Amino acid sequence: MISAFFIFSQKGEVLISRLYRTDFKRSIADVFRIQVISNSDVRSPIITLGSTSFFHVRINNLYVVAVTKNNANAALIFEYCYRFINICKSYFGKIDEESIKNNFVLIYELIDETIDFGYPQNSEIDTLKTYITTESITSAAIAPEESSKITSQATGATSWRRGDVKYKKNEAFVDVIETVNLSMSAKGTVLRADVDGHIQMRAYLSGTPECKFGLNDKLVIDKNERGISDAVELDDCRFHQCVRLDEFDATRTISFIPPDGEFELMRYRSTSNIKLPLRIIPTVTEIGTTQVSYAVTIKTNFNNKLSATNVVLRIPTPLNTTAVDCKVGSGKAKYVPGENVVVWKVPRIQGGQECTLSATAELTSTTHRQVWARPPIDVDFQVLMFTASGLIVRFLKVFEKSNYHSIKWVRYLTKASGSYQIRF
Amino acid sequence: MSIRAPTKGENYELRIDLNSEYREKRKDAIKRVIASMTVGKDLSGLFPDVLKNMQTDDLEQKKLVYLYLMNYAKTQPELVILAVNTFVKDTDDPNPLVRALAIRTMGCLRAEKIIDYLCDPLQKCLRDENPYVRKTAALCVAKLYDLKPELVIENGFLEQLHEMIADANPMVVANTVTALSDIHAAAVAQPSSSTSEQAVFTITSSILSKLLIALNECSEWGRVAILNALARYEAQDDKESEHICERVVPQFQHVNGSVVLAAVKVIMIHMRGVRREELTKQLIRKMAPPLVTLLSSPPEVQWVALRNINLLLQKRSDLLTNEMRVFFCKYNDPLYVKVEKLDIMVRLANENNVDPLLSELKEYSSEVDVDFVRKSIKAIGQTAVKIDAAAERCVNVLLELIATRVSYVVQEAVVVMKDIFRKYPSTYEGVIPILCSNLDELDEPEAKASLIWIIGEYANKIDNADELLGIFVDTFTEESYPVQLQTLTAVVKLFLTKPDSSQGIVQRILDTATKDCDSPDVRDRAYIYWRLLSTDPGAAKAVVLAHRPPISIPQTTVSPALLEELLGEISSLASVYHKPEETFIGGGRVGADSVQRKENELSDDKFSTQKALQTVAAGQQAENLLDFDDAPAYEGQSSGLAATEVLTSTPAAANLLAGTSTNPLDDLVSIFGGSGGGMAPMPPVNAFAGLSLGATNSLMTPTNQVMSPVVRGVPSPAIPAQPQTPAQPQKPEEDLLGLF
Repeated sequence: MISAFFIFSQKGEVLISRLYRTDFKRSIADVFRIQVISNSDVRSPIITLGSTSFFHVRINNLYVVAVTKNNANAALIFEYCYRFINICKSYFGKIDEESIKNNFVLIYELIDETIDFGYPQNSEIDTLKTYITTESITSAAIAPEESSKITSQATGATSWRRGDVKYKKNEAFVDVIETVNLSMSAKGTVLRADVDGHIQMRAYLSGTPECKFGLNDKLVIDKNERGISDAVELDDCRFHQCVRLDEFDATRTISFIPPDGEFELMRYRSTSNIKLPLRIIPTVTEIGTTQVSYAVTIKTNFNNKLSATNVVLRIPTPLNTTAVDCKVGSGKAKYVPGENVVVWKVPRIQGGQECTLSATAELTSTTHRQVWARPPIDVDFQVLMFTASGLIVRFLKVFEKSNYHSIKWVRYLTKASGSYQIRF
Repeated sequence: MSIRAPTKGENYELRIDLNSEYREKRKDAIKRVIASMTVGKDLSGLFPDVLKNMQTDDLEQKKLVYLYLMNYAKTQPELVILAVNTFVKDTDDPNPLVRALAIRTMGCLRAEKIIDYLCDPLQKCLRDENPYVRKTAALCVAKLYDLKPELVIENGFLEQLHEMIADANPMVVANTVTALSDIHAAAVAQPSSSTSEQAVFTITSSILSKLLIALNECSEWGRVAILNALARYEAQDDKESEHICERVVPQFQHVNGSVVLAAVKVIMIHMRGVRREELTKQLIRKMAPPLVTLLSSPPEVQWVALRNINLLLQKRSDLLTNEMRVFFCKYNDPLYVKVEKLDIMVRLANENNVDPLLSELKEYSSEVDVDFVRKSIKAIGQTAVKIDAAAERCVNVLLELIATRVSYVVQEAVVVMKDIFRKYPSTYEGVIPILCSNLDELDEPEAKASLIWIIGEYANKIDNADELLGIFVDTFTEESYPVQLQTLTAVVKLFLTKPDSSQGIVQRILDTATKDCDSPDVRDRAYIYWRLLSTDPGAAKAVVLAHRPPISIPQTTVSPALLEELLGEISSLASVYHKPEETFIGGGRVGADSVQRKENELSDDKFSTQKALQTVAAGQQAENLLDFDDAPAYEGQSSGLAATEVLTSTPAAANLLAGTSTNPLDDLVSIFGGSGGGMAPMPPVNAFAGLSLGATNSLMTPTNQVMSPVVRGVPSPAIPAQPQTPAQPQKPEEDLLGLF
């Protein structure tokens, strides 16, 4: 369990400190500052000194730190740290030094609500928001009956949902968001391509609706219907705690009572038959020791009606580059000396289109010639109404006592950010 | 005094505001107090003033005051009494949130004076009609036990907690289990105290069924607590083990990685009791996808998962057979993740996937981070040693890397080549000229030592071996000790294979090593060679040029017993470090006496002995826990005494096997083992321990005793007692002792 919880600024200033056990004094924070923050060569997220272990997560300009003195559950502590970060993001919109400083009272409240005696407690953002609020008046005015309702929600079997939700119009929005991980070798062979998908749901449904959710998942389809060829093989899926896992294990049906509002219904992973939306063909040649020439082509690999937006290519240049001369057919390309990359931004590429960049980097001569490591080209993009895995939502059924009619919306998005890499 | 004055001024202002007649001003002042408290200022002087603001309807203000109290209650125990009344009153508040808050805070105050007042309200809250209050009260019992165990026993809180396991609310059950487990851990840690016996939390089969029901309904953190309790349950028979596994498997699909790992732990433990082969297979098959999915978590969680996957693979090498590609490193992965992925990739390597693996490793070898590059090259070597069919391809990749002429790449490649030579002797001799042509670029001891070893080993095939070794002999006194030792051995090998041309060089080096060298190890080895060469060259040949068993990649990096123990602690720190808990909890060192105790307790249990050894080895390295790679993969065990003991046969091999070992005893032991055939190595070891290792003597002696059963269990040193070897075990010992 967690003995102490700290938040440090980048400079090592303690922004939040909360001790849960007597085995530490506050001065333990100084140890962390000396050993981790002022140490430029930290090579592990867990540091054990003597019998004290520090778990830290860096986020923006902050260190979120949990300290323990026993054989603690490492996965649990890191999961909690990230949950805490998500809670902060959801409350303040962002998490950085400024937002922590401005909201420290609220943060203490949140920490105390989510950890007791070093053990994580209820950390459902939706529930927390019902009784820990930014306006102090509400918490004072909460009537006892109201609090009983809150507490029973916080501890109940459906701790994620209140019973008395009412909407005029019953709607549910489903977003299927896929992140493509790609690494392609210099020869153009795919070394690794897989999809991390998550299904985000916004449920605005009255009462206690019972939902059933169906995908074109191969395992389900094989069991129920035959002859559908576009089934997708999911390697693994994981669900929000509202989904009945035992039922999924037995019959592969996804059934649940959704929380009110936005939540992540499931995450999945797929590795077979990945459709790569963009194909990057780089030709990079080093001309002597003073020049590197680039010719990079982007080809789309989807229907003409669709388009890729916010396409950003980061093309690495050697460290001793002085200037880069870029010519692009569409979008804008600029050399960023601080990061040693040419950033090429194309706001929109229609399906079937092709874009090219040609550039020449001028190099200075250096005294010791070191081979250029050639980091991969990194591509970010978004393609709406396209799934790289081929996943489709087949149905979402809502059952409720009052038998109301509900409207469902489904949206697909495939994107890449920092994980679509092409070597050259 | 003059220093305190400004602080006083600030405190004075706060005090006025705390006593202000306006509510908003008071609340604002409390906030400022908390803010300065966080920065580390001492505000205990304001205790009475803050306390006055405790009685309020404003829940936020109440929380702030409580926060202040929790911080300073210890320093102001007399004043805390003043707060007790409000607390007790709050536990009767109609608002359950206020009741829970009061009982939660009271438990955190940790002031002796207030504890006695805690029992009655706690009693009440444990029976509260509201589950939120009950779950908070359950944890409060653990807090109380931490402060004053007697009170928990006297008031019957333990019995009450046991009743609460049957609570209708899953969250209450989870927190009750958490509290009982916490108390259990505290009781086990202090077995001598009077209360500890009652505090032990044994999970019976009736508790088991309640936990299994609550498991599917409670929050994610509660699930982890319950799964941890399930891991401690001892199943009655295989039916029950199967039942537990079947009930736990659905948790693999949980979104929270710690729930998944906790479920893996339970399965790994209870699978031991499952007899149906197909069910075991099915469980393993179901375990793989969720483990792979953990790789898309944030890097820290990913790293914990990778360390655990590494352990799981040591137990079940079939776990992730076709999944190697997901472990390919991304360019922007943090270094600690990359290093761990490398290790797992080598574990998963087989003949079918070795080609993509090698092209990956080659790619990594051109990255920027020197450490990662070195580890990638090491991985190439490991792959070569592991997969015979791929060795040649590995050598070709290494040659390409050597051609880059980047200094650290070349040096690491030379070190790796040495291992390949040891696994496949006389196979890749064509490479030797290329290696030798890089001689001038080597400046790291390990690379130098490796190249010297290669030259010595193939002295008969390298025409200018004496010239090459001559370079090192010339600079002998300036080299580091490992290089000196290797040079010495290599020259003697050269002399034994080509006695005519190298008489001069061997004389020169023995002379230098015995006269001008300040390391006792080098000197001693030179003396031994000298004696051997002068008394019986035949024996010298048998010792120095003895056949060595080929090396192999061990399936496990920890002993089987430790592996089982660590698998039972999946996702804990111990499993991340691959070290038993004792090595990093409680001072970080295991003394010799505790090893002795272990031995006495469990003298004939083979596993326990192994574990004790491991603990000693790990304990010695506990200081560098951060360096996870202190266990070179070629060693049979993680490192230390046990490893070298098992594998040694000649000094050269011993030194190479031990890699970084600087323990001179290893070499000496192996010499005696080698020349004496079946002679027990114990007496000379002790003799030397007494002579040259006064400082480490206290540690050595008990270890040797533990070691003896292990040594006996291992086939005696690899050289069969050859007929031409004069088997006179006593003689060398006397000679050596005579030297001193």
